[in-house]
Amino acid sequence: MIQIEDLHKHYGAVRALDGLNLHVEAGQVFGFLGPNGAGKTTTLRILTGLVHPTRGRASIAGLDASRQRQALTRLVGYLPEEPAFYPWWTPQEFLDYLGRLHRLPAPTRARRIRETLEQVGLHKVARRRIGGFSRGMRQRLGLAAALLHRPEVLLLDEPVSALDPLGRKEILELIGNLRGECTVLMSTHILADVERICDTIGIIVQGRLLLQSPRAILLERYAQPLFEMVSEEEALHRWAESLATQGWVREIHLQDDVLRVVVEDAAQARHKLLASAVAQQVPLRRFEEVQPSLEEVFVRLVNGEIKP
Amino acid sequence: MNFLLALYKELTEQWRTHRWLIVGAVFIGFGLASPLLARLTPQLLRTIPNMPPGLAEIIPEPTLADAVTQYVKNLSQFGILLALLMSMGSIAQEKERGTAALLLSHSPSRLSFLLAKFTALAILFAANLLLAALGGWYYTLLLFAPLPWRAFLALNGLMLVVFLVYIAVALLCSTLARSQGAAAALAFAALLIIGLVSALPGLEQYAPSRLFAWGSALVLGDSLTAWPALGVSLTMLVMALGAAGWLFQRQEL
Repeated sequence: MIQIEDLHKHYGAVRALDGLNLHVEAGQVFGFLGPNGAGKTTTLRILTGLVHPTRGRASIAGLDASRQRQALTRLVGYLPEEPAFYPWWTPQEFLDYLGRLHRLPAPTRARRIRETLEQVGLHKVARRRIGGFSRGMRQRLGLAAALLHRPEVLLLDEPVSALDPLGRKEILELIGNLRGECTVLMSTHILADVERICDTIGIIVQGRLLLQSPRAILLERYAQPLFEMVSEEEALHRWAESLATQGWVREIHLQDDVLRVVVEDAAQARHKLLASAVAQQVPLRRFEEVQPSLEEVFVRLVNGEIKP
Repeated sequence: MNFLLALYKELTEQWRTHRWLIVGAVFIGFGLASPLLARLTPQLLRTIPNMPPGLAEIIPEPTLADAVTQYVKNLSQFGILLALLMSMGSIAQEKERGTAALLLSHSPSRLSFLLAKFTALAILFAANLLLAALGGWYYTLLLFAPLPWRAFLALNGLMLVVFLVYIAVALLCSTLARSQGAAAALAFAALLIIGLVSALPGLEQYAPSRLFAWGSALVLGDSLTAWPALGVSLTMLVMALGAAGWLFQRQEL
């Protein structure tokens, strides 16, 4: 559905995108990850046709983003990172105007506005001036604007960055529920959000795609087995010294009464760690095999600690 | 973007942000005040204390020509200033805030977006100039004598052409600039350049401001015409809008 080939965007000497290649299948919720300045926003803006690439091609459903903007506007819904609105409009009026731009018939328009405002939780303030809205409310309205014409592709730039935890949960659920109905390309730097709803992940660093993979495979392939133990500080210190000499232990991190041990093989380590704890007479209060997190994988990939 | 929808948005915005009120107050205010000022100025001068003897007697009685001159002088100065103030930020502000990007991601026609802005400003100025003209004509009738209404309408039409030239130039500056501040600086620089070029010997007959003199002459029955200035003004208007459209189509938002 979304195809990006050898995409370059240069701002003078700065290479915002430096040969980006990306492919997003129809119906996927794709998490576009990267550190600040990696080129995520530039990529999304090129896909909307608001920014022209220096070189390369970005297309949606076979339509070139730079040359076929007219056809793309019907197909794509776009939520910018900080959506801006006319403060003198109300959400109802603004969405009605967008509905007219998309040539929705009056009854469809009225129904869609009602449904969409309910979806994003703004139905109670539908007739209040946007000028008095908080950042979170603006982000919700931006999402409503992107969803109103029921696009086939949603481009979301940090869609929940201004929301409180409850709002974040609601909106992420909404986005997650779009899986299968439309293709979502969502840029974010909040990895927990990606873990929650994205089925495929692309990591971009310095304008290039570092890797693209289904979330489960990414975690399976790159996350290292990690065990976390809680005990008395002195006992843990003694135990950490003995573990440091073991070949099957890769890393040891001790902080206060928590010991984290990264190992080569989880199955082997389960037995060996417990046996070692008994041998060292460590009075364990907690012993846990920690689920590998995307954050851990992301940090190690971006820092070059592991190769894609 | 459908042009009529874009125009609807511009007119609604003008109304809700009170631009109709501002332009209306200035235009109608000066439309009414100009003949009044022309009538009262000599009387006010005579009331100055310690005036040298004999001076009060030589202050001429106001005439219809004074009323017309006052009307043209006031409305031309404030009209041009308002044309710049109302137009110079209109594109730059939308680019800077991100509203242009939001709206144009739903609709591809940037040309409609730009032309709707020009048309809405033209409607704003035309409607308020008409109200100013009605007020000015009525007060002149009360205080002096009836003005030839066809010629007075032509004067206001020519004034409108000059305002539209400055609106188009300010829109071009607004399209060129990335921020409102830069757009304002460019617009005032353009005003200065047009003023300086118009003052060069031999070029004044081509200057848009020459249309004010033509309009006054029409009302007062003089034989002055300024067809070259009209031609230059319309060319400037079309070129400024064309350049703004060409640039805006290619700009990144």
